[in-house]
Amino acid sequence: MSQVINNSLKQLGQMLASKQISSVELTQEYLRRIDALNPDINAYITLDKDKTLAQAKAADARIAAGKAEVLTGIPIAQKDIFCAQGWRTTCGSHMLENFIAPYDAYVIKQFDAAGAVNLGKTNMDEFAMGSSNETSYFGGVKNPWDRSRVPGGSSGGSAAAVAARLCAAATGTDTGGSIRQPASLCGFTGLKPTYGLVSRYGMIAFASSLDQAGPMAKSAEDCALMLNIMAGFDEKDSTSVNRPKEDYTRDLNKPLQGLRIGLPKEYFADGLEANVGAVVQAAIEEYKKLGAEIVDISLPNTQLSIPVYYVIAPAEASSNLSRYDGVRYGHRAKEYTDLMDMYCKTRAEGFGAEVKRRILIGTYVLSAGYYDAYYLKAQQIRRLIAQDFTEAFKQCDVIMGPAAPSTAFKIGEKADDPVAMYLQDIYTIAVNLAGLPGMSIPAGFSNGLPVGLQIIGNYFDEARMLNVGHAYQQVTDWHTRMPEGI
Amino acid sequence: MAWEVVIGLETHVQLLTKTKQFSGASTAFGAEPNTQACEVSIALPGVLPVLNKQSVECAIKFGLAIEAEIAPRSVFARKNYFYPDLPKGYQISQYELPVVGKGHLTIQVGNEEKTVRITRAHLEEDAGKSVHGAQEGMSGIDLNRAGTPLLEIVTEPDMRSAAEAVAYAKKLHELVQWIGICDGNMQEGSFRCDVNVSVRPKGSDKLGTRREIKNLNSFKFMQQAIEYETQWQIDTLEDGGKIEQATVLFNPDTGETRAMRSKEEANDYRYFPDPDLLPLEVTEADKTRVKAGMPELPEAMKGRFESNFGLSAYDAATLTASRDVADYFVATVNAGAETKPAANWILGAVSAKLNADEKSIAHSPVSAAQLASLLKRISDNTISNNAAKQVFEAMWAGEGEVDSIIEAKGLKQVSDSGAIEAIIDEVLAANTAMVAEFKSGKEKAFNALVGQCMKASKGKANPAQVNELLKKKLSA
Amino acid sequence: MSLNIQDVQRIAHLARIEISPTEAEATLSKLSGILGLIEQMQAVDTTGIEPMSHSQDVTQRLREDTVTETNRRKDFQAIAPLVEDGLYLVPKVIE
Repeated sequence: MSQVINNSLKQLGQMLASKQISSVELTQEYLRRIDALNPDINAYITLDKDKTLAQAKAADARIAAGKAEVLTGIPIAQKDIFCAQGWRTTCGSHMLENFIAPYDAYVIKQFDAAGAVNLGKTNMDEFAMGSSNETSYFGGVKNPWDRSRVPGGSSGGSAAAVAARLCAAATGTDTGGSIRQPASLCGFTGLKPTYGLVSRYGMIAFASSLDQAGPMAKSAEDCALMLNIMAGFDEKDSTSVNRPKEDYTRDLNKPLQGLRIGLPKEYFADGLEANVGAVVQAAIEEYKKLGAEIVDISLPNTQLSIPVYYVIAPAEASSNLSRYDGVRYGHRAKEYTDLMDMYCKTRAEGFGAEVKRRILIGTYVLSAGYYDAYYLKAQQIRRLIAQDFTEAFKQCDVIMGPAAPSTAFKIGEKADDPVAMYLQDIYTIAVNLAGLPGMSIPAGFSNGLPVGLQIIGNYFDEARMLNVGHAYQQVTDWHTRMPEGI
Repeated sequence: MAWEVVIGLETHVQLLTKTKQFSGASTAFGAEPNTQACEVSIALPGVLPVLNKQSVECAIKFGLAIEAEIAPRSVFARKNYFYPDLPKGYQISQYELPVVGKGHLTIQVGNEEKTVRITRAHLEEDAGKSVHGAQEGMSGIDLNRAGTPLLEIVTEPDMRSAAEAVAYAKKLHELVQWIGICDGNMQEGSFRCDVNVSVRPKGSDKLGTRREIKNLNSFKFMQQAIEYETQWQIDTLEDGGKIEQATVLFNPDTGETRAMRSKEEANDYRYFPDPDLLPLEVTEADKTRVKAGMPELPEAMKGRFESNFGLSAYDAATLTASRDVADYFVATVNAGAETKPAANWILGAVSAKLNADEKSIAHSPVSAAQLASLLKRISDNTISNNAAKQVFEAMWAGEGEVDSIIEAKGLKQVSDSGAIEAIIDEVLAANTAMVAEFKSGKEKAFNALVGQCMKASKGKANPAQVNELLKKKLSA
Repeated sequence: MSLNIQDVQRIAHLARIEISPTEAEATLSKLSGILGLIEQMQAVDTTGIEPMSHSQDVTQRLREDTVTETNRRKDFQAIAPLVEDGLYLVPKVIE
């Protein structure tokens, strides 16, 4: 069994198809591991073994009937941001502590239709606002590589679950780096697709124009299989892009000869930890060996992406989170004198400190007299940032650099300094602002902690990015390394 | 001092759609509370809006009808405020770039025509309803109406009296029904007006501070509310007071307006483009397609009635004041009636009966086809105009079709000259004194003799023939 | 554009979040830090640049006007804080 947990999705699928193992057995193995490790790591907020095993049983019947698809019977962890009918869906918040979702997110429907098994709902920063998972109402998550450190965020629970092999693969969402930064800090492969590729329906909104769901898995190949399930046009999401369905595994084995890799000088400047930079450089050397060409590029507005993001994301969030008013679902204060008091107490009690801060910032930048100076200005600079990428992609096929400026930091280290925390996302945020796809793959270690290499692609160029990641993973074994003690 | 009132209107028109602005929930009126409140209507976490095609068509129709600029690209924005009947904590509306731009509507006040400029019309969604008295100290929230498609139509401050404001509102009310974008049902809230009222010294070109009268859902109340509000503002200013900008409600029981308590604090709606929705595109092809499906507009129809049918401007305007009246007239003409008599009868007898019975023309007991067959019997001399009135009354009362009523009541006109001559001979023989008067030059006696002939024929003789034959006999 | 305690109180009220005077103090210092970060934007000349609301230059798709939703009041109100006779109950709304 210890072998099974490090298997690829493809291998697991073959084992299930050849009846070497049943979905129920595989699921039970993961549930056993969760029982043993989750009390310390805290990767999952909600488990429902009866529901999970019922799905596994159904998957076994489907396999027996010869109707299996690639992911049928494979246990997947779902970030607790996706509404799943009958499952408690908290978004990491006291506000939704007792919210049992009455409908399924598009992503959940897709996994259900594929016959995948929902292993449980993973921990996350409250409403996906954070880079360390420390803002979760349900407690922090420990990084499996060093349990005194954070796993990154906001998809910290999914990240720890993938790293500690507490699931075969997981889903995450990425508004400013919430898939890629934890992938870097926990040493696995995470992909944020092009904005609009994966439907946002049923995915609890943080910043609507930036939020995008994506796979978090051991390898690029696993991510490709996951993305095949997750991507698709959805009539219920106006921003869902209507394009033909793709097979993201189709180009995995293409040679990289002649690939032009752009290295933005701004991604290797001050603020990047030297040892992280060294690991990233070594990975790029590996790509040269694979036949890639290196092109020096510039993304001159990189520094501005943080201020722009911290205007746009809080502005959208302040509005998106207005629906949590204690009227129709979610937390309502126990005592109040009148309607106004009910609103103010409900929201003061239901939201944590970071969420409140962002609501206040967002409310402020949209308020009368400030809109032009903040929100409109940010939307203008957002265009400049996107244009930087357009220019860069005239010279290269993919862009590479670090996914995070440092390795995993200590729990509590930045918890009281929002600005320091926000700087964690310096290399990831611009990609969300431009709506581009980005991924992080394991590229080595620094002092025993994983370091991720970020690959940024042009719009809808996921198949190529996965090819680029997969080629590297054929000649390196960073992605197969597991933390000790799991 | 002489004062002038300045009035602008914002009208919320509920669009005729089966489903809500941004979800597939039904908009049918009168359902049990919250049974038409779907996951989008109640704003569950994670739900998203998708715009209704039909409501966009309605907006385009309206834009075409008021000859407005229709924006090739318009943008949906969020208007943020907390209210229990607003489930998302924001209303999706259009702010900087509305779908319909500047247009105009011509109104008639007395004999004067006046053009009211329309600033804009934008798509938005309705809120739910608060139901009071559910429990002591509590309100109940029904979200069936939440998300219902609305078109908000905003005018320039172009009206100068309550009468003008009401004339505009009535004209708009007819127009939106005419082009089929609203059912016009004011009791159910399908057509609601907010009226901005301010006063200023006559001759001034500066606008006074306005107060907004919210949610007027009858023309009578609108008239009363504006009149009260105008007088209140004048009195306040004349007493040395100042008008504070405010939102006010009209109380139909007292006939007074009063400021709303809940809106005292200054609103800061924090509008910004809704990131869940993309820009709405309306192409020339869209406009052409929508236009092809639109009925002839009242102004065009009025012109056609005047030039093709020879109707007076007044009659043409009255017949095209409502789609139902126009449809009835056109149906009557299409069924073979001559245009002028048809117009006279519809604006005369039919209107009078409808008013008396408080019925709308769409529910007229005498159909357009029945009216046309009645008019045919007048023109072919089967019955006289007077007899026709009796037939009309009988049809109205449901006594049957034109010919059977004529038969049953024996109203057929006598046009046989032999029979008429016989009657005339009898009358002349019995009224020798009158004949003598006539012959001595008293013209009046002739009319008296005609009357006697008609009486003798029990009203059935063709009056024109009686006239002609009598003249001949007396001059013989 | 520096923030003061009154601003924090005003914004918190707009956002309907109760905030005690001590919380307001702590919040003020954190928000000021974040606004300091944001201020960097003001150095950029953005004259004539069209604001970017969406990453893709696409237009709104329209939905056919067909009823697709059924009555799910029972499910939806099972998770509501307070309901009676199918209505969501809130403290009295004053007009």
